Amino acid sequence: MTKEMTGAEMVIQAFLDQGVEHIFGYPGGAVLPIYDALFHNNAIEHILVRHEQAAAHAAEGYARSSGKVGVLLVTSGPGATNAVTGLADALMDSIPLVCISGQVATHLIGNDAFQECDTVGITRPCTKHNYLVRDVNDLARVLHEAFYVAQNGRPGPVVVDIPKDVQFATGTYIGRDNIQHKTYRPKLDAEAEKIAAAVDLIASAKKPIFYTGGGVINSGPEASRLLREFARLTGVPVTSTLMGLGAFPAANRQWLGMLGMHGTYEANLAMHDCDVMVCIGARFDDRITGRLDAFSPGSTKIHIDIDPSSINKNVKVDLPIVGDCGRVLGALVDAWKGRGLKIDQGALDAWWGQIDRWRGRNCLAYRYSDTIIKPQYAIQRLYEATKDKDVYITTEVGQHQMWAAQFFHFEEPNRWLTSGGLGTMGYGLPAAIGAQKAHPGSLVVDIAGEASIQMNMQEMSTAVQFDLPVKVFILNNKYMGMVRQWQELLHGGRYSHSYSETLPDFVKLAEAYGGVGIRCDKPGDLDAAIQEMINVRKPVIFDCIVDQQENCFPMIPSGRAHNEMLLSDSAEDLDSAITDEGKMLV
Amino acid sequence: MPQTSEHIERHTLSVLVDNEPGVLARVIGLFSGRGYNIDSLTVSEVSQEGHLSRITIVTAGTPMVIEQIKNQLDRLVPVHRVRDLTAEATSLERELAMVKVRGVGEARVEALRLAEAFRARVIDATRESFVFEITGKSDKIDQFAYLMETVGLVEVARTGVVAISRGPQAM
Repeated sequence: MTKEMTGAEMVIQAFLDQGVEHIFGYPGGAVLPIYDALFHNNAIEHILVRHEQAAAHAAEGYARSSGKVGVLLVTSGPGATNAVTGLADALMDSIPLVCISGQVATHLIGNDAFQECDTVGITRPCTKHNYLVRDVNDLARVLHEAFYVAQNGRPGPVVVDIPKDVQFATGTYIGRDNIQHKTYRPKLDAEAEKIAAAVDLIASAKKPIFYTGGGVINSGPEASRLLREFARLTGVPVTSTLMGLGAFPAANRQWLGMLGMHGTYEANLAMHDCDVMVCIGARFDDRITGRLDAFSPGSTKIHIDIDPSSINKNVKVDLPIVGDCGRVLGALVDAWKGRGLKIDQGALDAWWGQIDRWRGRNCLAYRYSDTIIKPQYAIQRLYEATKDKDVYITTEVGQHQMWAAQFFHFEEPNRWLTSGGLGTMGYGLPAAIGAQKAHPGSLVVDIAGEASIQMNMQEMSTAVQFDLPVKVFILNNKYMGMVRQWQELLHGGRYSHSYSETLPDFVKLAEAYGGVGIRCDKPGDLDAAIQEMINVRKPVIFDCIVDQQENCFPMIPSGRAHNEMLLSDSAEDLDSAITDEGKMLV
Repeated sequence: MPQTSEHIERHTLSVLVDNEPGVLARVIGLFSGRGYNIDSLTVSEVSQEGHLSRITIVTAGTPMVIEQIKNQLDRLVPVHRVRDLTAEATSLERELAMVKVRGVGEARVEALRLAEAFRARVIDATRESFVFEITGKSDKIDQFAYLMETVGLVEVARTGVVAISRGPQAM
């Protein structure tokens, strides 16, 4: 399809051709022509956020929960700079976004015009790719390329910066089918000999482990299905990064829980002691590895990743496999079945015996109280109340995020939306808005902290305006809890500026926005209060007053190894269940 | 990076890129953002109809870092190809320099004698100065500039290294 139209109309037409149904944005001088084109369009719904950072996070929540590309529309200057945090977040967590930003007219670029900034310069290191379009006849190609680049290979954010005169100018629009990218062709399939080498290594393992990440989820639901099948066929234990939760069902016996800094005892010790590690769509991040020179010292490592630059970046691996997780898992399953391979059952049983002894340590145990709500208990009750529902969970960043990862259990991919790489406080509420837009009939809960939520609190207004009944479940401990925890453990208990002074009354605040506020401070009242929250078909802020002193364990302190975890003093010390060898590792 | 004990290697990389605005900034930003070294960098269009530019980068790092640099460059969207010319034994490297020398009498004669020995050409002359043009490997230019110091070196302008593989194949 080729057709004459204005640049602004091309943006809308490209959205339609790309199947975009929802966009998140905020108008301003340099995008008015696009907003004008949007005014005449009924097929695309625009969700007006209250801050451009939230537009980016909402688009991330939308993308992550639906598997589609998230789209945001912002103006020049501050519109673009406000979106930068969300773009950086999406880059770190490999979330496909297309961000359209307005720019001052081409003849003004470089003149310090009103609301001008060097958007492509500023966003270059925090996007997968970006474009400044100076000629309206390039615009359609660039827009389609942007969608292609955002979602193919390792997904990521792409910015298209469009000067205002280009939006007004008339040019030739070409449809998406007429576009082929010149250079960008990610490799999806692995070489047959690498697949053969991988299944040989796995089949000969005595203490294998699958360490999976967000790449499995990004690859699509089929990758999660294949992971489950491969795990079932091999009997290998599975752990996952924060980003990968849900790819493997938490209810499965082979699930070890999350690994890493706040991962489970069994997952981290299994990583440390394994002899064959299969990393699938994860990147050996520092939260995962702990001290690098002590990371899983005795294992042969297989690394499956679509991004060649992730391989051998932090950890030297023995068998790198570049390709899409889903396609590679499919090839592994076929090879395993085709050759009728089997792991030495005796060795695998012994490995599971060891893992079960580590599990017996019950590393997530905490002291229940019937007078004060423990944050872990609050998450557990929330999980029990919602586990049979169609639920999506987002989080902010901090202790509550780690407790949510530990105590909320996911059976399906795309249900868990959290800021992993960048660790962006303020992510959860806008991400919940995006997820709710993608899944209008589902229950969407932002598990939040009282500090994080205030970073994008204004989005309550968006939720109310667009009738998005998101639930903000605040674990209110009156501290920036993770900061307080580090100050306690590493800075002599000097709580420098981590106390949340002069908190707003969250119940009144919810009401002021036109939502519903609920407060609960007694363990005995919690279930009824959670039920009340679920039943309300409106945005809710749930102010859950929890123990201020509770720390998040287990914890691998920075710069320590997996076998140097700190456990909560209330973790059950099952001496008899741990071998002498195991004790050495505690 | 834990492998600090690994030895540092110098590598010359050829990078073929789309000649579009910002492509050099992407490459340089990658090096500065990730803390890689740039010892030398040259860039110029090599195919007008194909809108292709060739960037030659001399960098230094451990083998693991060099591998990272190549992979990071390769995943930039406008990059067509990355080739490590140091990893291939048979490649050619050249650099061009212009060397300005000031002097009279015996120093001036000595400058000319040295230039002849290095096969440098005179491309500008006044009664008290010369500008020499010299082409060769970087260490030859280093040596020439060093010798010129004794006879009145004023300044040096260097292009940085360009490199190409031997034999009939393109990169």
